[in-house]
Amino acid sequence: MKKLASVLLSALMAASLVACGTATDAGTPAEPAATEETTTAAAGEEGKVLNIYCWNEEFKSRLEDHYPGYEKVDATSGKIGDVTVNFVITPSDDNAYQNKLDEVLPANASAAADDKVDIFLVEADYALKYTGAEPAVALDVKGDLGLTDADLANQYQYTKDVVTSNGVLRGVSWQGCPGVLVYRRDIATEVFGTDDPAEIAPLLADWDKFNEAAGKLKEAGYTITCSANDTFRVYSNNVTTPWVVDGKINIDKNIEKWVNDSKALVDAGETGTYDLWGDEWNAGFMKDGKVFSYFGPAWLINFCMAADEEGSVAHDGGWAAVEGPQGFNWGGTWICGAQGTDNPTLVADIMKQLTCTESVMTDIVKKDSDFVNNKPAMEAAAKDDSFAFPILGGQNPLAMFCAGADKISMANISNYDQGCTEEFQNAMKNYFDGNYKTYDEALEAFYKAVEEKYPELTH
Amino acid sequence: MSDKKYKHKQKSMVVSYNRWGYIFLIPFFVVYLVFQFIPLVTTIYNSFFENYRSGLTQIGPNFVGLQNYITIVTNGDLINYSKNTMIMWIIGFIPQIFFSLLLGAWFTDPSLRLKGQRFFKTVIYLPNLIMASAFSMLFFTLFSDNGPINSILVNLHLLAQPFKFMSNATAVRCLVGFMNFVMWFGNTTILLMAGMMGIDQSLFEAAEVDGATSTQVFWKITLPILRPILVYVLITSLIGGLQMFDVPQILTNGTGDPARSSMTLIMFLNKHLFSKNFGMGGALSVFLFIITGILSMIVFKISYAGEVK
Repeated sequence: MKKLASVLLSALMAASLVACGTATDAGTPAEPAATEETTTAAAGEEGKVLNIYCWNEEFKSRLEDHYPGYEKVDATSGKIGDVTVNFVITPSDDNAYQNKLDEVLPANASAAADDKVDIFLVEADYALKYTGAEPAVALDVKGDLGLTDADLANQYQYTKDVVTSNGVLRGVSWQGCPGVLVYRRDIATEVFGTDDPAEIAPLLADWDKFNEAAGKLKEAGYTITCSANDTFRVYSNNVTTPWVVDGKINIDKNIEKWVNDSKALVDAGETGTYDLWGDEWNAGFMKDGKVFSYFGPAWLINFCMAADEEGSVAHDGGWAAVEGPQGFNWGGTWICGAQGTDNPTLVADIMKQLTCTESVMTDIVKKDSDFVNNKPAMEAAAKDDSFAFPILGGQNPLAMFCAGADKISMANISNYDQGCTEEFQNAMKNYFDGNYKTYDEALEAFYKAVEEKYPELTH
Repeated sequence: MSDKKYKHKQKSMVVSYNRWGYIFLIPFFVVYLVFQFIPLVTTIYNSFFENYRSGLTQIGPNFVGLQNYITIVTNGDLINYSKNTMIMWIIGFIPQIFFSLLLGAWFTDPSLRLKGQRFFKTVIYLPNLIMASAFSMLFFTLFSDNGPINSILVNLHLLAQPFKFMSNATAVRCLVGFMNFVMWFGNTTILLMAGMMGIDQSLFEAAEVDGATSTQVFWKITLPILRPILVYVLITSLIGGLQMFDVPQILTNGTGDPARSSMTLIMFLNKHLFSKNFGMGGALSVFLFIITGILSMIVFKISYAGEVK
């Protein structure tokens, strides 16, 4: 009896402990998407609540500052006329933002009127997941919302490519994020004898020269970048094949080049393997940092380089910009109208005001230093010295950004970019650090991690 | 006649008490059924299906038989991550049981007359009150490449260059083990003390009269009598160790780096939740269930081997 009791008890204990960790939920099946009728209700019958799903405060401040007639009510809500605007902010850490969208968007059409998502924001890394979804979760900007080709004519082509699926445009952006290479003027003067962008540019014009410069910087005790991950986007934006081809994971030549170049740099102590945004990475923005350069778009230069902190390089305008070895794009926020919205007219007007109206966009450049998605506005600003960046010591980099924005190609994006990029960088970090002995071993680990995330893929 | 009647009355009273017993057991069984038994059954059921999400598209559920189990076993994941989990558990458990026994013996030894016992008992238990994630966040910062530990070591000229703790498999495993040790040794000490205080004092006195040394007392009296409690500590710690998750998850930011050498079984399970892969997740859980069951069975067998029969 006692034996039986103990066996039962142990089984029970094991059962309860294991079950705790694995409570499963079949998840809600996808609801059928909204039909066209629900999305094109007449203006008079539109909803009284506009819900905007986003991951940070950026879009909120753009809407507060630049949308005509927007009144701020409190930290997460406002009013446009008699419509209440709610911001539902879910940080993107641990995929939380996308999980939230995945949960609400498929069932949006049948949600209660005041709970419907009307606008949601996406980033380039996963835009295709929502714009290419079947059945659609994002509205057709031209067909459903009525924006015209003339409205969108001044936008950079790549910003449209990111959110176009099967020829249908399903989002718009007010910003472009072409990037440049920013370097420290003081280190440039010490190592190369000049801090003039015109003279530094040829020294960093392609990857061979870049790697050569890294050697010189190392002799003087500096690293060319903080981390191998700094250059990843620059290489990966210039690929000729996407991450996934016909369900098979594919490594592009330029990505392989990144691995080889970076491994050489890391082995020579000319760069590190830190994570972007980590403490070590941020430390390079300070004067006692040993990092020569960063790759970044306007938002990085203006908002992330600790310009308002005493003792930072940016505080005294100690950076300068050059185009760098290759052009690239980093970031950007796209506005999508959600299928099932009960405020289509307002959604269309917000899109039009913020992304098509030149006067509003020029205001955004002036007030927020965004690189806006409007060619004439940016080209005018590039010639205007009043748009010089104080952080860059009075240099106006906008002409470089304009040139970059025209060159960016987003033809090779796939649904899997975010997961592939993350896992590839992680596997290669281990390779650079010597925890994987060979590239092939690291590659195996990468395949494994990606196939866990996306079980439908093979290699 | 009256005798018989009395007997009958007595019997019905017993029955009614039994009924109350069952009623009092209902809450446990309802909670167990809803929160443990049903999830357990659905987990096993789900493990036979291909069932995940790709973006917004739901794939499956399609019945695939034992395919999920075969995948986990043949690609070496199960063995690999079980090994990691066990290594980190052992690194933490050995110092944990050593210090707990030592402290327990000291605290319960009346001849030592330790002062401030209450204070120390509280202090050793305190680390357990800190959230595991906060604790590993702290260690992550302390041991980062430019963190305080490295700058102390470099400034004392013990190291020429910062040591990359987070890129070294042994270092990360030891950190995880150390954190688990610090968090749990207080708890174990209190459990063992409870066991030690239950030992009849006259045994110790008799041993003292016979001239036994304190080492002999510990090995010949305390430990053998403590065995049931020790076994209990071992089982709970082992099962807790198998489910190790939060400390290495936060310390390595979910990657189990370097090269997945600190990835535990539950962290691996968590990886499948990105795609809501209930099939693979379920199969892994069933394996965990079986392993936990077997381990518990072995320990129970050993501990009751002498008593049964």
